[in-house]
Amino acid sequence: MPESSQENMDGPYNSYRLTPLLRRYTQSTNFYSPLKAFCTDENMAECISFLNEEMSLLGFPLLCPESGASRGLDVVALLNSMHALVQQHRQVLRTVENLETEQLRAASDMEYQQLSHARLKEQFELAKRENGRLQERERQLHMNIKSLQNCIKNEKEEVQKLQNIRASRAAHYSHDKKRKEREYQKLKEHLNQVLVDRKDKKQAIEILNCVGRSDGKRSQWKTRKSESRHESEMYKILLNELENRQKELMTENAELRKVLQQMKKEMVGILGPKRSSLGEPRCERSADQESASEGEGDCDPGQKAIEVSCEHAREELTNSIRQQWRKIKHHVEKLDCQVSLVQVVQVESEAASNETNDQEMGRLKLEVQQCKEFIHTQQQLLQQQLISPCEEETASLLKDCYVLEEKERFKEQRRIFEEQRKNFASERQNFTEAAIRLGHERKMFEEDRATWLKHHFLNLTFTDHVTHIPKSPGLPAEYVEPDPKTLLSPVTFSDAGSVKSSATADFHQALLPQSRF
Amino acid sequence: MNFSELFKQTNQLCRLSPDGKYLATCVQYRLVVRDVNTLQILHLYTCLDQVLHMEWSSDSLFILCAMYKRGLVQVWSLEQPDWHCKIDEGSIGLVSSRWSPDGRHVLNTTEFHLRVTVWSLCNKSVSYIKYPKACQKGMDFSADGRYMALAERRECKDYISVFVCDDWHLLRHFETETQDLAGVEWSPNGCVLAVWDTCLEYKVLLYSLDGRLLSTYSAYEWSLGIKTIAWSPSSQFLAISSYDEKVRILNHITWKKIAEFEHPANISSTKVVYREVEKCPVVVSEDLSSSQITVSSSLFNTQMLKPDPDRANPKVGVSLLAFSANSRYLATKNDNMPNNVWVWDMQKGGLQAVLEQTGPVRCFAWDPRRPRLALCTGNTKLYLWSPAGCVSVKVPVEGCFQVLSLLWHCSGDSLILLGKEQLCLCYMETEDAPKP
Repeated sequence: MPESSQENMDGPYNSYRLTPLLRRYTQSTNFYSPLKAFCTDENMAECISFLNEEMSLLGFPLLCPESGASRGLDVVALLNSMHALVQQHRQVLRTVENLETEQLRAASDMEYQQLSHARLKEQFELAKRENGRLQERERQLHMNIKSLQNCIKNEKEEVQKLQNIRASRAAHYSHDKKRKEREYQKLKEHLNQVLVDRKDKKQAIEILNCVGRSDGKRSQWKTRKSESRHESEMYKILLNELENRQKELMTENAELRKVLQQMKKEMVGILGPKRSSLGEPRCERSADQESASEGEGDCDPGQKAIEVSCEHAREELTNSIRQQWRKIKHHVEKLDCQVSLVQVVQVESEAASNETNDQEMGRLKLEVQQCKEFIHTQQQLLQQQLISPCEEETASLLKDCYVLEEKERFKEQRRIFEEQRKNFASERQNFTEAAIRLGHERKMFEEDRATWLKHHFLNLTFTDHVTHIPKSPGLPAEYVEPDPKTLLSPVTFSDAGSVKSSATADFHQALLPQSRF
Repeated sequence: MNFSELFKQTNQLCRLSPDGKYLATCVQYRLVVRDVNTLQILHLYTCLDQVLHMEWSSDSLFILCAMYKRGLVQVWSLEQPDWHCKIDEGSIGLVSSRWSPDGRHVLNTTEFHLRVTVWSLCNKSVSYIKYPKACQKGMDFSADGRYMALAERRECKDYISVFVCDDWHLLRHFETETQDLAGVEWSPNGCVLAVWDTCLEYKVLLYSLDGRLLSTYSAYEWSLGIKTIAWSPSSQFLAISSYDEKVRILNHITWKKIAEFEHPANISSTKVVYREVEKCPVVVSEDLSSSQITVSSSLFNTQMLKPDPDRANPKVGVSLLAFSANSRYLATKNDNMPNNVWVWDMQKGGLQAVLEQTGPVRCFAWDPRRPRLALCTGNTKLYLWSPAGCVSVKVPVEGCFQVLSLLWHCSGDSLILLGKEQLCLCYMETEDAPKP
């Protein structure tokens, strides 16, 4: 059956495969058709025995015991087995479901795998083609290289060949040229001879009269003496020129040397103090100075003497200058590093302070703006006042009325002020009068007191032995107590004071004899 | 600046006397001598044939007129206009003629350079010098006029003979290590003789006055070599210009190269370029305004001429060299860029300025007193450069006067501008009282 069904794939097998198992199963099992009823009234016993067999095969308890005479069913067993069958059925259905889902999954996996397989196959094909192409290109390039190398080789060979040809031709041509030149020379000689020998057209000079030499001297014979003179003159000229040149070079040399000396001094000067600040060992510096002084020492006598011979000094000078220069370079490089570091730090701090600066700046700007506006408005108002010339009268009136107000205010104030002043003056007058009166009264009072005391004393002295003085301390209290009125006017205070003092003096005097007793 | 009127001249023959008082010009057969300041004709001489070369004697008393076609040389005297002198070379022909430094001898070079004949005006005597070499510059007199160096070639070898000009006594005769000597030149101090080889080989030899070889210099091999050389007036530098568009400077102490000046087509923008800009023609003629010169420091890009490699004497390399009178500046012209003149500063050892003109530069010359360069390009303008700046002046004459070459007066106060058939004098403004 499966074979035949496989032959026609599109036929019933496909559909059979596609329909889910469950449906098939349910279709095949749940379909209860009354036509296909298993058990009828007639074949009940056979059905029972058949089912019994089936049950025993399946491992269920028997429906009806075999050795039973009665054909009666074991209902319990039957129910149990039915229940078990139902359970089994349910389980089977579940497993079928699971199997189906699994099958679906597997089918989809399979599909996916097939797709990816197809894709990878395509990629692989492409890669193979690409590879083939690249290999082909590489091969072509190799061919190219080979051909170019061949070309180069050929070119080189050709160049070599041409050079050889050229060299050989040059030799040939120079040889030819020499030959031709010799011929030419021969022809020239011949021509010369011919022309000189010709009598018809001879060279001649026609001068009206001979001209004197430009320097006025007579021409001289050519003698050996003159020849030697010429030689000596020539050498003199050469020597002059050489001497001049040497002088120039010497002066140039001296100048350059001076410049070098100066440079060296300056370099030493620059390096000297700096190195002590950098904390380098002192011995180096002293060595430096030594060498510097040495160089100077050398060159001073060197300048006096001929410097050309002083090669040692020259070398020393140049060496020391080189050294100094190297040191300066190092130093400057160090400084540069430091400066760059400092700059980096500064930039960072500047960034922070810049912000506060900016804020303050903003604030200040705002203030300035405000002030400017204020000034502006003020100016405007002032100008308005000044510029309005057409309403002079009203303006003046206005001015006047403003001033009037102020005037009245001032008047009022002045009036009050005058009143107060008057009051003060009158009060003062009163006070002075009062003080004067007080003074007078005090005087009177003092006089009275003095007389009273006198009387009292006189009385006391007479009745001294008889009675004690009852309250002598009381008296001073009365006298010493200041008069409140005297405090007000300072003018009369001194008088009162003087009166008082005289009074007290009297009193003391009065007391003294008292104490004796 | 004042310009004189035009005068006629032929063959660009116009010479100023060494003392600066007279101006001699040749018009066809005639020799016209004028006073430089008034330009009045002082003397008029008639020669036998068309004059091809004219030269003043060193003491400004005589003028030599050479007519090569007929092999004649005529000498005229300024003091005595009646005096005459005629030198006939006969059938032997005449190729070049010149004065000796003492002004009393005439040196004629015969045709085919067979010999040099020395004619004396003092005693009518004749001397011959054999085997002179036909080259770019085979004969040179030292600046003080004492010695003459002559290049000779015998048996395919180069020699130099040094003569004492007093009595033409042969002082030295030595062989040079050149393949084919191209030229000799004395240094201004008269002690060193520079000798350079043919353009097929780059070689400069320096000989002392007494014939010792001081030094040899060769920059490279196998390429076209030296075009020309120039001594600085102080004798400190020797400038060598070559076909590779470079100028090399040697110093007089070690005779080693101290600088190499290149003439590239593009230069950086730190240099000053004076560019003459072609403006649309203005109806009103501009007289002496400094127009059309723009100073730019932009990238300098000039066109290079590609010479024809098959033809001889290609227009490649630096062909014109001139030192200023104080030896400070060197003006060069590279034939690859014929519109440009390069001015180099010897003190700094670098380029000072580049002058770019609208046409090829024909001639330039330094002022004998000041560092001032005058140049012309064949148009109607005269260009002047000095370290302070550049100025272009149109020559204010009627008609079309194209400035083809120029000469300075020895005082540096005036210039002679030579056109095709005419000449014009240009008087410069001096700081002193204006010229009448």
